[in-house]
Amino acid sequence: MRFQINVNGSPVEAIQGETILETLNRNGIQVPTLCHIKNFIPSGTCRICVVELEGSGKLIPSCSFPVEKGMKIQTHSARVIESRKTIVELLLSNHPDDCLYCVRNTNCELQDLAREHHVVERRVRGKKNGHKIDHSSPSIVRDPDKCILCGRCVRVCEETIGVAAIDFINRGSKTVIGTTFNRGMNTSSCVNCGQCIMVCPTGALSEKQHITEVQAALTDHSKVCVVQYAPSISVSLAEEFGLPAGTDMNGVLNAALRKMGFARVFDTTFSADLTIMEEASELIERVSKGGTLPMITSCCPAWIKYAETFAEDFLPNLSSCKSPQQMLGAVIKSYFAETENIAPASIYSVSIMPCTAKKFEAGRDSMGQNGLSDIDAVLTTRELIDMIRWYGIDMRNIRLEIADSPLGAHSSAGKIFGASGGVMQAAIRTAYKMLTGKELVQYKVDQVWGLAGRKETKIQINDLELGVAVVSGLANAKVLLDEIRNGRNDIHFIEVMTCPGGCVAGGGQRIGARLCDVQSRVDALDQIDERESIKVSHKNPEIIELYEKFLGQPLGHKSHELLHTHYHKRDVLK
Amino acid sequence: MKTTIEEILAKHEHAGRDQLIPVLQEIQDHQGYISEEAVVKTGRLLKIPTSRIYGVATFYNQFRFEPMGRYHIQVCRGTACHVLGSSTVLEELEKHLKIKAGQSTRDGLFSIEVVACIGACGLAPVIAVNGEFHAKVTGESIRNIIDEYKLQAEQS
Repeated sequence: MRFQINVNGSPVEAIQGETILETLNRNGIQVPTLCHIKNFIPSGTCRICVVELEGSGKLIPSCSFPVEKGMKIQTHSARVIESRKTIVELLLSNHPDDCLYCVRNTNCELQDLAREHHVVERRVRGKKNGHKIDHSSPSIVRDPDKCILCGRCVRVCEETIGVAAIDFINRGSKTVIGTTFNRGMNTSSCVNCGQCIMVCPTGALSEKQHITEVQAALTDHSKVCVVQYAPSISVSLAEEFGLPAGTDMNGVLNAALRKMGFARVFDTTFSADLTIMEEASELIERVSKGGTLPMITSCCPAWIKYAETFAEDFLPNLSSCKSPQQMLGAVIKSYFAETENIAPASIYSVSIMPCTAKKFEAGRDSMGQNGLSDIDAVLTTRELIDMIRWYGIDMRNIRLEIADSPLGAHSSAGKIFGASGGVMQAAIRTAYKMLTGKELVQYKVDQVWGLAGRKETKIQINDLELGVAVVSGLANAKVLLDEIRNGRNDIHFIEVMTCPGGCVAGGGQRIGARLCDVQSRVDALDQIDERESIKVSHKNPEIIELYEKFLGQPLGHKSHELLHTHYHKRDVLK
Repeated sequence: MKTTIEEILAKHEHAGRDQLIPVLQEIQDHQGYISEEAVVKTGRLLKIPTSRIYGVATFYNQFRFEPMGRYHIQVCRGTACHVLGSSTVLEELEKHLKIKAGQSTRDGLFSIEVVACIGACGLAPVIAVNGEFHAKVTGESIRNIIDEYKLQAEQS
């Protein structure tokens, strides 16, 4: 039912059941928010969104108050503005105020609110908290002093990811966000996905940075610095450099990385293709030889840690394939080192990922050979952007370059790994070819593609009806796993991505991207898939060459040594 | 064999999330504190993440997360005691024992608890050690009181 309410003296159309905030935003009226996350049940804790309800003399939180017929609302009356300003001043009263040294400087909601509300003098001086920074996690740094207790991280961790590693601890002025028994994040049930960082309005949550180490390696002449970047990176940078969201900056990125001093620029999309060769073979083996089904993808390190922590009964279902990052890392320090005659120990291998969990993954016990890590440092998209600026690279005026060969060529099947449904599509294309000897004509499987949290379809391959499911946002995975625990058996293959929508919305991406920007990244990957001539992993010429010259065959002895891994149960407080 | 916690939880087999606080209270009544085992097993029973249980439990002053010391010191922080300087008493006590309220010393001898009002305002600032009241304590006298208990512990 639609009806009218009055906002700032003008009629505005409202829909029964909406909150005031939704009505206002739909009609183009902006009200600041802090604790609010779109499409979540409102918590109404921060009060920055208050509006004045005429006639009642009350200030009400617009995010959690339903619209009513005949309401008269002031969104920017003197009283409202003053209240909002006071809230900001109080939030700042115990804030460390070290903005210039903060990782979120110039991209901070608290800073924005202070500026928007003309906070130019300190009216309230509160006692600083003096909490310790939690550096224990390999992926995420928590600085509780910068936290304004909006609770967005707590909600995303529980509702989107289904982990609930953190919650509000203590009460009143002593409240902090923390883990069970307030221990380090490294021993908590945190899966390192970084979605908490993506919703944090301040610098209270950030990634464990590797920039300094990478910088040092770049200037160390005894090291051969090589770099790889994930499929989603090239379509996730554009907004930062004033280009339309989703612009593919692949060539620009190759050139920029060489300017920084990387000796070789590889593309993780190459090893995405490699992953598909191994994973599709593994799927076929499991289906034909009666292995554990459904098989579940293992590209997403946060999902792997989730399974090890919360779903140990599904560990036999996980593909034994390492993720593309680790596969390329392993191939660089073996095949590449061998062909270029470089000692593996002198290679410094950097990866650029849209992800914080990749930092954790790179440090896993089984991710190396002969005492050398497959990957030495992992940078997030944000760190990459910082480095691009640091090196003064003009991303809009740079000659495009291609990635190094070998380990640089890719198919578009590998490229679409960057969004939810991509791994599945790529695997189906190659599995189809392996089983039937023919290429899949309708190569796109639209039913599994896109930002929706859960997608399913059936694929007919010869006389096998392959049931496939794709989930993103780990809370959705939990629902699916429960269905399987309860006896569902029509699914053979599942792709799981921790972040909602896949890597294009990963926890290492630019903070502040809108949903439409993320959609543009998905569309960009889709267009690359349409545009490029090689659309299947098994036709990537450098993959074929790698198997001929080095690996032998998928699931062969060398593959098992370099490209596969194992998982173990994790006993943490959960 | 079932642990004490498991025995308590077995009685609440069909409990829902809303039973969290009564369950924790019962565990604390039996064990004197909420242990890691208590948090994990209660979470499993009620299907609540441990972080949420810890969050709820720390919201209330009544729950402690370390076993009580042999000498359990309750420091009154009620209005009368506050006016007469109980914050200094608590501060000195924490400094002297090198623990914070809610914690226990590593030798297991002392633990500190902050209570809202002990009902002895005439004796303010007041502390109670294992139920034994000490009246009109000060930042200095608290050290002597502690040392006496230490001596007592050594002699016994």
